[in-house]
Amino acid sequence: MIIGAGHAAGQAVASLRSGGHEGSITLIGEEPYIPYQRPPLSKAFLAGELGIERVYFKPPEFYDTAKADLRLGTLVNKIDRASKSLTLSDGETLAYDKLLLTTGSRVRKLNCPGADLEGVTYLRTIDDVEIIKKYFAPGKTVIIVGAGYIGLEVAAVARKHGLNVKVIEMEDRVLARVTSPEVSQFFHDVHTDAGVEIHYGQAVSAFEGDGQVRKVITQSGDTFDADLVVAGIGILPNIELAEAAGLACENGIVVDEFARTDDEAVFSAGDCTNHPSKVYGRRIRLESVHNALEQAKSAASAMCGTLKEYDQVPWFWSDQYDLKLQIAGLSQGYDEVVVRGDPSARKFAAFYLKDGVLIAVDAVNSAPEFMLSKKLIADKASVAPERLADTSISIKEIMTKQ
Amino acid sequence: MAKITYVEHTGEKRELEVANGLTVMEGAVNNLVPGIDADCGGACACATCHVYVDEAWKDKVGEVGDMEETMLDFVEGREANSRLSCQIKITDELDGLVVKTPESQH
Repeated sequence: MIIGAGHAAGQAVASLRSGGHEGSITLIGEEPYIPYQRPPLSKAFLAGELGIERVYFKPPEFYDTAKADLRLGTLVNKIDRASKSLTLSDGETLAYDKLLLTTGSRVRKLNCPGADLEGVTYLRTIDDVEIIKKYFAPGKTVIIVGAGYIGLEVAAVARKHGLNVKVIEMEDRVLARVTSPEVSQFFHDVHTDAGVEIHYGQAVSAFEGDGQVRKVITQSGDTFDADLVVAGIGILPNIELAEAAGLACENGIVVDEFARTDDEAVFSAGDCTNHPSKVYGRRIRLESVHNALEQAKSAASAMCGTLKEYDQVPWFWSDQYDLKLQIAGLSQGYDEVVVRGDPSARKFAAFYLKDGVLIAVDAVNSAPEFMLSKKLIADKASVAPERLADTSISIKEIMTKQ
Repeated sequence: MAKITYVEHTGEKRELEVANGLTVMEGAVNNLVPGIDADCGGACACATCHVYVDEAWKDKVGEVGDMEETMLDFVEGREANSRLSCQIKITDELDGLVVKTPESQH
């Protein structure tokens, strides 16, 4: 029994079958869709370059072949671990032998006055994008709340479509939560050069409109005209069901390196989990596709009776304009940043070191730096900063001969 | 529409009809062909859809792009006919294409 129908769930169905599970599989999802890929939603799908069938994680026939029973558009109200059963929102009860929680995460919502006006939107689901697309026309003005990855990706697509784009950010730089001031400055320049207006140190206090949002008012009293608002202010793990069932939760459903919870019949994978990371020597919760896929493989393996450790360097990517940003590792806590290459040439990498050890990299149009760093981060390798910055030495030489 | 043959490292073959406009990667993933992971879903960001293009088809599948080239540099067992299958778009001209999948994508 799998609750939640995102990336991790789709992968788990495939991995349970390839791992030899012959019993039934039921997949319960709140959304009316089979598991689909979320990354393209703020990129190619929003841009209209991809149809829905190409966004699906696996085609519909896959679930027939895998003999997975899909219960879509269905909410689970309660997990009863004592009787190993679930209660659905329509009152039906389903029994399970083993349960996998891939409940993912949901967007953090604005709760200021007017936040319920039409045209105040978020971007997490196919339905969200369908709403945004209604307003996505040249000449319209979109106000983006929050300069994180989602906000900036939407800004890039919107500019390409000829919309006027203004971004309102609480912090004093873009991507403040996830990257260094150096990389923030680069993305600030990229977006302002593309015609995006970014307003820092501003928080939204209200939206006004006649049913449809027309104005955004900030706490400092500034007013912005708007045809559309897209808020990307973070996501929250969906842990309420697990919490109510008495499973340990702490910034995510607590699992071990094999994706097991403290109940031997219950497993969890994806955005909703808090799991150990050997590379960083602490427990972490990740919001990424790679995490969802790899942790789901470990969960499925454990459910089939073979323990497969999940211990990988996290990685992420973001497409904005002609730029591919590839991120390996987590930079929090770095004490030195080394920039290799020339940001003005739109091709550079920022390496993050802690006590001389490489812990993360932000690579812009620099795949070699990204690919090589992934391995070095896993090895907790020390790298000489002056060599990293020296573009006369190839990155391969620096990273393979230390 | 093109008939694509995917050959696993074990020698097992699968012949599939793949629609124009999709990629060789999608043809594999949509039809449960093992050996292609495609973690990033076709964004040329992960190098986990590596294939070897049959010599006879090497010129017909088009040039390796810049981004693809740098990613390919890091796949295990790269050969002159290595490609990332998310970067090969299906057209009628590729009817009959044969690709081999490597033993591992990681």
